[in-house]
This record gives sequence, structure tokens and C-alpha cells, in this order.
Amino acid sequence: MGENVQHLSFLQDNGGKKGILAWITTTDHKRIGLLYFYSLTVFFLMGVVLGILMRLELMNPGKDLVEPQTYNSLFTLHGVIMIFLFVIPGIPAVFGNIALPLLLGARDVAFPKLNLLSWYLYILGALMALSTLLFGNAPDTGWTFYAPYSVRTGTNVTMAVLAAFILGFSSILTGLNFIVTIHRMRAPGMTWFRMPLFSWALYATAWIQLLATPVVGITLLMIAVERMLGIGLFDPSLGGDPILYQHLFWIYSHPAVYIMILPGMGVISEMIPVFARRRIFGYKAIAYSSLAIAFIGYFVWGHHMFTSGMSGPARVIFSLLTFLVAVPSAIKVFNWVATLYGGSIDLKPPLLYALGFIFLFLIGGLTGLVNGALAADVHIHDTYFVVGHFHYVMFGGTGFAFFAALHYWFPKVYGKMYNVKHATRAFWVLFTGFNILYFPMLVVGMMGMPRRYYDYLPQFHIPNLISTFGSWIVVSGLIYMIVVLIQGYRKGTPAGKNPWGGLTLDWQTDSPPITENFVELPIVTEGPYEYK
Amino acid sequence: MEEHKSHIIDYLTQIKVWVALVIFTLITVATAEVDFAMLTVAVALTIASVKSILVLLYFMHLKFESRILNLFVIVVMLVFLAMIVFTFFDYIFRLSHGS
Repeated sequence: MGENVQHLSFLQDNGGKKGILAWITTTDHKRIGLLYFYSLTVFFLMGVVLGILMRLELMNPGKDLVEPQTYNSLFTLHGVIMIFLFVIPGIPAVFGNIALPLLLGARDVAFPKLNLLSWYLYILGALMALSTLLFGNAPDTGWTFYAPYSVRTGTNVTMAVLAAFILGFSSILTGLNFIVTIHRMRAPGMTWFRMPLFSWALYATAWIQLLATPVVGITLLMIAVERMLGIGLFDPSLGGDPILYQHLFWIYSHPAVYIMILPGMGVISEMIPVFARRRIFGYKAIAYSSLAIAFIGYFVWGHHMFTSGMSGPARVIFSLLTFLVAVPSAIKVFNWVATLYGGSIDLKPPLLYALGFIFLFLIGGLTGLVNGALAADVHIHDTYFVVGHFHYVMFGGTGFAFFAALHYWFPKVYGKMYNVKHATRAFWVLFTGFNILYFPMLVVGMMGMPRRYYDYLPQFHIPNLISTFGSWIVVSGLIYMIVVLIQGYRKGTPAGKNPWGGLTLDWQTDSPPITENFVELPIVTEGPYEYK
Repeated sequence: MEEHKSHIIDYLTQIKVWVALVIFTLITVATAEVDFAMLTVAVALTIASVKSILVLLYFMHLKFESRILNLFVIVVMLVFLAMIVFTFFDYIFRLSHGS
């Protein structure tokens, strides 16, 4: 019995339900991954629109488009949407959900219902955050909600921090689910060191999600309590300490940078051996470096506070630790390059995005070290150099890794192949536009232009003009990429089980995979990248 | 076949732990009257930690769980401890530098 049963793909199998109900009540990890993907895409595009409006305002000195207060709300909501609704959930929630059980040879995540709950919490948090656009005055504190301003401002900060609080629960549940899945649901024969490296990266990320997120949850709740009840926690006029807020906020928010970047690094580690047709160089070093980044990343938060009035010895300690975290990051980059060396490189779109990631992340990472140096930071703190730096890390790093994963697993998820030639062109448009948009920010920051102002001095005009021009190219690249992928979904040729020649278990099952991934659970006998 | 081994803690042990928790609560209240200066928070947190450990070990059955679960809890506790120590180092340095 059962051998001749027709297995439906997860896209076809509605579980006896109809229409949208079959999606919003699903417990299939791939469908939940797609639910996240579609919602994240909407929020990402909203964030892009807000970013473009900011760039239009900054195209020339003086007022071009919006009032100063509107500009303050624009950069706050751009930050909140991009950080809390796109970059933090990004790769784990979408591609972790879609790929992790497939990579491990499991039928689903450990807690499928909890997985769906985490998506609902994400949507609830997102709606609460976006409601601040419609009700009350939109928050104007920046995404960091620094006290005491966030306690005193008349804008709708309370709703925004409660939204971030709810979103934190979503992140914690995803992390918990992944930890248990990785511990308990690996296929027979899949030892820890036979796990694909994306799983290692998700594992390290999940621990940060689990341990660091509650800290920001309680901190943001304290802001809400201080605003509503007037209890002096962070506001000096009420007897509070604003530096304590910064400590608590960055205890989460710096590890959160690794929630954002570690899964991206995992994606890259997955792709490099596939498109170089070589066994990955330094598997264990890459796996352990994920854990090392996660661990050291907990103890570097003070580098955001060098000019905040923190004590001198604490600044020295945090600066030293910041330099230490660069070591495991560099280990990964060296191992990726060593894997590519001598390989049969196939420059398909996923690899192009992966190489784009390495290039842009290198600039982001190295400019991060400039920020981490105490003396240099005093000069560049709160300038556009920092804005350029973190966009190289967040967008150039996590964003490009997200696009790499999207192009890599697209044929697996939809069973169709997009037009490779056009996808390649879209990459080059995006990559070129990205550098024209963000590199001038590094320059104008070094020149001394402060961040978070709607106006600037005339000497900063040219870099800002170039940057705004770059933003139009980036948008063109994004539209091009989206059109290519939609065309691929609608009219793409059948991709087959394994279009890239991958050796991991995700490529051994159908495209799109069946509801429970495998007809029979695979038995693993060797590592994931054993190219001969 | 029973796969999951369950462990039942006898009433006497439960009561002993409860009494210990009550005693530690009384100590917390008593120490609140004493000025430990810079160590005030450290003293309060140490007592609270001992109480938490008792709850984890006996009421939450960690004493009878696998080694990996114990390891997880220890690592989490150490990370949490490190966060507090780093934050309070800044405070101590700020106080000692008079800023």
C-alpha cells in the first residue's frame, strides 16, 4: 500500500481547504516560508519607497520635498520597517523555513503550529508598526528609540515599541523551532559535521534570537511603561539613566546584527561549493566561526556608545572585543575564496549575488573596524560614514545574500527556471546602482556630514546628488529583478530536480517538493559537498 | 515501551526546597536594610540566582535531565551573567571616575 500513491507538490496540496484559507492555516514549513516571503517583500518595497523619498529630499540642500518633521518620521519608519520587518526575519524566516527541513532530510520543523503562530505574530507586529503611519503622529526617534527623547516625544512611539516587542516573540519562536529541529530531526546518518553549512549558520542565529531578543523586548516595554506611567527608568529628569537604555538596547541590537548577517553567510557557504564544483575549504572552520561570531557578538554592543558618555575603560574593552569579532568573519571570507580557487566556476545568478555579497560585505566589515577604533569613531560617529557602513553590511550583505538565496532556491520552490541572462543583467544593474548609492555616503561622512538631518551644507551637495542618482539605478535593478522572477514563475521552463547540480538533500527531492518533502526519509552517508 | 523516563520528586524534598526559598526571600528582605554600596545589586542578584538554581534543579527537574539540556542552561546563564557584568563594569568605572 502507498507505493503507487500520487504525491502532490506542496504548492498543489491544499490539505482539503480552499483558496487563501489553505495558506493561512497551513503548517507546512515551505508554505509558511512563502507566507513570510510575500509579506516581507511587501514591507521591503514599502521601506524602499520611504528610502527613495529620503534620497529625493537630500538630492539638493534645503527643503525639496518634505518638512523636517516628516523627514524625521521617514527615516524612523524606513529603519523600523527595514530592520524589524525585513532584515531581521529575512533569511531565517523565509529561506530557513523553506530550506532547513529539506537540508536536514526532515519532513517539517519540530513545531509546525508554533511556526505558523510566529508568522501571525510577525503580521500582528507589522500591522501595529505600520498603523503609526495612520494613527497619531508617526514616530520620529529613529529606529533605535533612544531615551530620553523617545520618552518625551509626542509622536506615536508607544505603538511602535509595542510592535517591536511583538515582533520579538515571532523571532524567538522561530529560533526555538530551528534549535529543536536541528537537534532532533536530522535524517539518519546526518551527524553534526555532515550538516550543510546553512544549518550551522541558522543554528548559531537561533541561539541569538532566543537569548538576545528578550532583552530588547523588556527594554522597549520599559520605554512604554515610562511613557504611560512616568516611572523614571531612562529619563534623567525622572531619575532614570539614558545610558542604561543604550546598554539594554544594544545588548540585543548588536547581536541582532549577527541575526541579520549570519544566515546570509550560511547561504553563501551553501552556494560557493555548488557553483565552484569543489568541496568547501575548511568546513569545520566555517561551522565553528558561525558559533564564534554568535558568541563574541554578544559582547561588543558598547561600540555603539563610544561617544555617549560611557566610561573610558569600558570603551577600551568594547573596542578590543569589536576587533576580535572580525577574526571569525575573516575566516569565512578566506575559506570561500579558497574554495573558489581552482574550482570549475559557473557564474550563474546565485553565485553572482554571492560574490556581490563577499565584495560588499568586505567593504561593510572593514568600514566597521574603522567605527570600532575609538579615536576614529569620535570623528565619524553619527555621520553618513556610519550610514554607508551599515548599508554595505545590511543591504550589501544580508540583502544580496537574500537575493542570492532567492535565485538559488527559486527553481526548487516553484519548479520553474527564470531567464538566467536577464537575471544576470538585473544583478549588474543592482550591483552598480548599489555602489553609486552608498559609496558617496562613506565619502560625505568622512567630510563630516551628520546623519538624520533633512538639510546639509552646500559642500556636501555633489556626493548627495550622486547618491540620489544611484538610488534610481537601485530601484531600476530591483524592478528588473522582480519582473524576471515573476516571468520565471509564470512562464519559466521546468527546472527539474537539480538544476544547479547541488549535492545537499534539498536537491534530491522533487521541484517543487511534495508536502512532507521526501517519499522516504534519506539516509546520509557522507558530507554535503563531496564533489569529486 | 516507555521512551521518556519521568522522575518523581518526593514531597519531603519539595518541602525542603520550598523552605529554603522562603528563607532566601527573608534574607533578601533583610539585606535590603543593609547598605552594601556598590555591591547592593550584586548581593541581591546573587541571592536571586541561588533561588533560581533551586527552582531550576528541583521544581523544573533539571537535576534529572540530560547533560545537553544542563549545558544549555549553564551557557545561557553565563551569557546572561556576562551581560550584567559588562554593563555594571561601565557603571563602576563611571562612578570611580566621578562622571
